[in-house]
Amino acid sequence: MSQTSREPRKKRTLRKAPFVVITAFLLLWLIGVATGEPARVLEQALQVCLSCIGIG
Amino acid sequence: MEAARKWIQVIVAILTNGSWSFPFTKTLYQGPLKVICAPGLNCYSCPAATTYCPMGSIQQLLGGLRFALENGQYYFGFSVLGSIGVLGGLFGRMICGWACPFGFIQELLHKIPSRKFRIPRMLSHGKYLFLLLFVVVLPLVLVDEFGSGSPWFCKFVCPAGTLEAGIPMLLLQPNLRSTIGLLFLNKFVIMLLFLTWAVFSSRPFCRTACPLGAFYALFSKVRLIKLHLDEAKCTNCKACHHVCPMGPRVHHLPGLHEQGLPVRRHLPGNRRYSLGRSGQGTVPCR
Repeated sequence: MSQTSREPRKKRTLRKAPFVVITAFLLLWLIGVATGEPARVLEQALQVCLSCIGIG
Repeated sequence: MEAARKWIQVIVAILTNGSWSFPFTKTLYQGPLKVICAPGLNCYSCPAATTYCPMGSIQQLLGGLRFALENGQYYFGFSVLGSIGVLGGLFGRMICGWACPFGFIQELLHKIPSRKFRIPRMLSHGKYLFLLLFVVVLPLVLVDEFGSGSPWFCKFVCPAGTLEAGIPMLLLQPNLRSTIGLLFLNKFVIMLLFLTWAVFSSRPFCRTACPLGAFYALFSKVRLIKLHLDEAKCTNCKACHHVCPMGPRVHHLPGLHEQGLPVRRHLPGNRRYSLGRSGQGTVPCR
C-alpha cells in the first residue's frame, strides 16, 4: 500500500572520479611525506625567501 | 550563502596569517604550523603567515631538485602536489572564491565605486601558461652554476608576495632596503597594475595569472563538491553573468550541464535570488 503511494525516486549515481583523484593525490602526499619532504618544505618556509619578495 | 562565504574568507585569511607577534620579533612566524599547506595563494614570507604557500614551495623544490637528487633526496614536490591535489579533488576552484586571501583583497578592491570592465576571455588562458612555464619548466630547466633553479613566478611576477611579504619585510627590516633594485621595482609595478585593475575588473589576477587557480581549474570535471545548473529552473535571464565575479558565459559554452560547472541562475519572478546568491562569487567556472 505504502509502496504505491510513494513517488518514484530519482536514481542517484555516485561519481567515482572524485574519489579516485583524491585517493591518488593522497597517495602522492604519503609518498612525499615518506621521502621526508615536509622537513625540507618547513626548512624553506621558516626562512625569508628573498627571491619570493623580489629583493633576492 | 554569500554572507557565509565572506565570513569564511575572513576566517581563512586570519588563520593563514595568524601570527601577530611580528611587530616585536621583526621576522616570520617560525612555528610548526608552517608545515601545513595554505589552500589559497598566501606568501609564506609574509611575517604573519602561519602556513606555507604551495606555489612557492613547489618552485623551491623543483629549483633545488638536481641538488637534492645528487644528495640522494627525492624531493619532487609530491607532498605539496598531494596537498593541493586533495583540496582540488574536493573543492576545485571553489577554494579561490572561499579561501584565498589574495582573491579576497581583490574582491574588496572591486567594491570601490568605479566604472567596471570585463576581462577578455582570451586572457584567462594566461594562468595555465604561468603554471606550466613559471612554476614548473623554468625553475627546473634554467639553473645556475650550482644546479639551482629560481622560483620564477615568485621572483618575477607574484603580486601577492610583494604585497604580503615584500613591503612588510622592508618595513620591518630596514637593512633589506639597501637591496632594493630593478627586481623589486618590476614586482612592485606588477602588483600596482593588478591591484588597480582589480578596482575596475573582477579578480583580474585570479582570472589571468594565478597558477594555483589554474591548477585547481584542472579539477573542474572531477571535483567532489560542486554546484549544479538546474536547467529546468533557468530562465535564460543571464543574471548569473553579472553575479559571479569570474564572469561565466553559461549560454556560450556547450555541455556545461554535463560538466556540472558551478553556475546558477535565479528563478523567474523570484526576488530571493536563492539560487543565484548561492553561486555568487563562489567560484570561477574555468
